[in-house]
Amino acid sequence: MATIVYVEHDGTRHEQQVTDGWSVMEGAVKNGVPGIDADCGGAAACATCHVYVDPDWLAATGERTDQEAEMLNFAENVESNSRLSCQIEVTPALDGLVVTMPESQH
Amino acid sequence: MSTAATAAFAAANPARDAAYATPLDKLDPSRPELFAADEMWWNFQRLRAEAPVHYTAESAYGPFWSVTKYNDIMAVDIDHQTFSSEPGIMMVPPLAPGETPQLEGLAMFIAMDPPKHDVQRKAVSPAVSPTNLQILGPLIRERAAAILDGLPIGEEFDWVDKVSMELTAMTLATLFGMPQEDRRKLTYWSDVVTAEPGHGVVETREQKMGIFRDYHAYFTQLWNERVNAEPTGDLISMLAHDPATRDMSPMEYFGNVMLLTVGGNDTTRNTMTGSVYALSKNPDQYAKLMADPSLLPSMVSETIRWQTPLSHMKRRATRDVEFRGQQIKKDDTVVMWYVSGNRDDEVIERPNDYIIDRARPRQHISFGFGVHRCVGNRLAELQLQIVWEEIMKRFPEINVVAEPKRVRSNFVKGYESMRVVIPRRY
Ligand code: HEM
Ligand code: FES
Repeated sequence: MATIVYVEHDGTRHEQQVTDGWSVMEGAVKNGVPGIDADCGGAAACATCHVYVDPDWLAATGERTDQEAEMLNFAENVESNSRLSCQIEVTPALDGLVVTMPESQH
Repeated sequence: MSTAATAAFAAANPARDAAYATPLDKLDPSRPELFAADEMWWNFQRLRAEAPVHYTAESAYGPFWSVTKYNDIMAVDIDHQTFSSEPGIMMVPPLAPGETPQLEGLAMFIAMDPPKHDVQRKAVSPAVSPTNLQILGPLIRERAAAILDGLPIGEEFDWVDKVSMELTAMTLATLFGMPQEDRRKLTYWSDVVTAEPGHGVVETREQKMGIFRDYHAYFTQLWNERVNAEPTGDLISMLAHDPATRDMSPMEYFGNVMLLTVGGNDTTRNTMTGSVYALSKNPDQYAKLMADPSLLPSMVSETIRWQTPLSHMKRRATRDVEFRGQQIKKDDTVVMWYVSGNRDDEVIERPNDYIIDRARPRQHISFGFGVHRCVGNRLAELQLQIVWEEIMKRFPEINVVAEPKRVRSNFVKGYESMRVVIPRRY
């Protein structure tokens, strides 16, 4: 279990307990946290689970995969801390992770 | 499945019988007449169960592989290194000996692989991004309202012509920055692009080429106007000024205009007609929507799944590859049947039913996946959402009075016409 903090674009915070092995995307979608569409169900194939990782957590969350980078290439408002949340696996080491949602998913 | 549907399945059904009586290696799911008759389903049902990656040796489109299950389609769609979109993404009859391609050098980014694809897609994408759609939304609403207010009450009319075509053409004309009075040219050109000569829209290839020349001339003029003026924010202006696209060859530019014309026209138009048709066939779902308008976004996604406005996308294998136990050879044609993936019960529960409050309505394969995933998906959804918001303000019901006439195509899955009556206004 880890607590993941999801921050909507308007600042609304959602603190969720997320099971180890789930993705950060699943932690939001399965708990009804809005702002992540996840049309492809976690295959890094749609880029509608785009989030910004809090800079303090960049090292812990690791690097983008190749396919993820390719998809992020076409998302809107991509920043250096942009990730596809379906590609970040939750582990106890991510307890307290803060991610922010973009204004919209495209 | 409902009892009525089960009974219908059990009843005599020549289309189903034909699909199951054909030897598997002779099965050809691409025959356009099956799509016109809405009878293609049985081939796909059989293929998903018996040969999910299947080879048709002979067809009007040459030999091809069919991929029919949701997850397999996604796997092909994602792997653009192995499954290339070049030279084209639509099944076309092979050229006769000595025949030249219809338009030499025509290039659109839907039929390009990375990295070239990426550059052009990025130039077009801002025009249909959620941010830009906030500007387009009120315009679409205004036009939708005007169209709906002009509809006859208590009198039969063609929904395709009077609503679906009008609204999608208006939206596209706005996106291109064209004068509104030219909007129906777009509808016509869009139909001509996907038409097979000899089946209605155009009679001969020469005639098709002649129409292409007018279409080309029109957009060349639009480009020339934009390139010499300050940026105006419309799509043609963006293409003419963006460093990534302003040096495109004329045929590349025209290819992308065609892509946006077809992409933005038929698909959305047919979903709009499909939504009225599906809701009229499923009155319980219509009642659900009326009782809870917050289901609208979910109804829109379900309609896009159920309709599957583009039945397939085509790929070419770039190397010999084993895929799900089948040996696909370099340069083989591989067809992803989205129309089948959206009926795959391993991924979608009760896939043949139209259910507007599914748990995950956005889980469908109509927009494709991977680097070519539909760039206009939000614009399509927005138009559907707005037109229904405006319909629900005005009309308690829209009655479909006859089975719609379907398009004869294994690519564009849609309607030529659909007769409806609106009995009254609120
Ligand atoms: C319900 C409506 C629509 C459907 C079902 C649809 C479907 C699709 C599909 C299946 C693809 C190819 C995906 C792939 O190869 O993986 C695609 C690509 C595309 N669509 Fe749509 N589309 C729709 C609406 C629109 C609209 C409104 C526009 C334009 C404004 C548009 C423009 C495009 C473009 C430009 C591409 C090429 C993207 C690329 O290659 O990167 N589409 N669409
Ligand atoms: S859910 Fe589709 S890319 Fe993450």
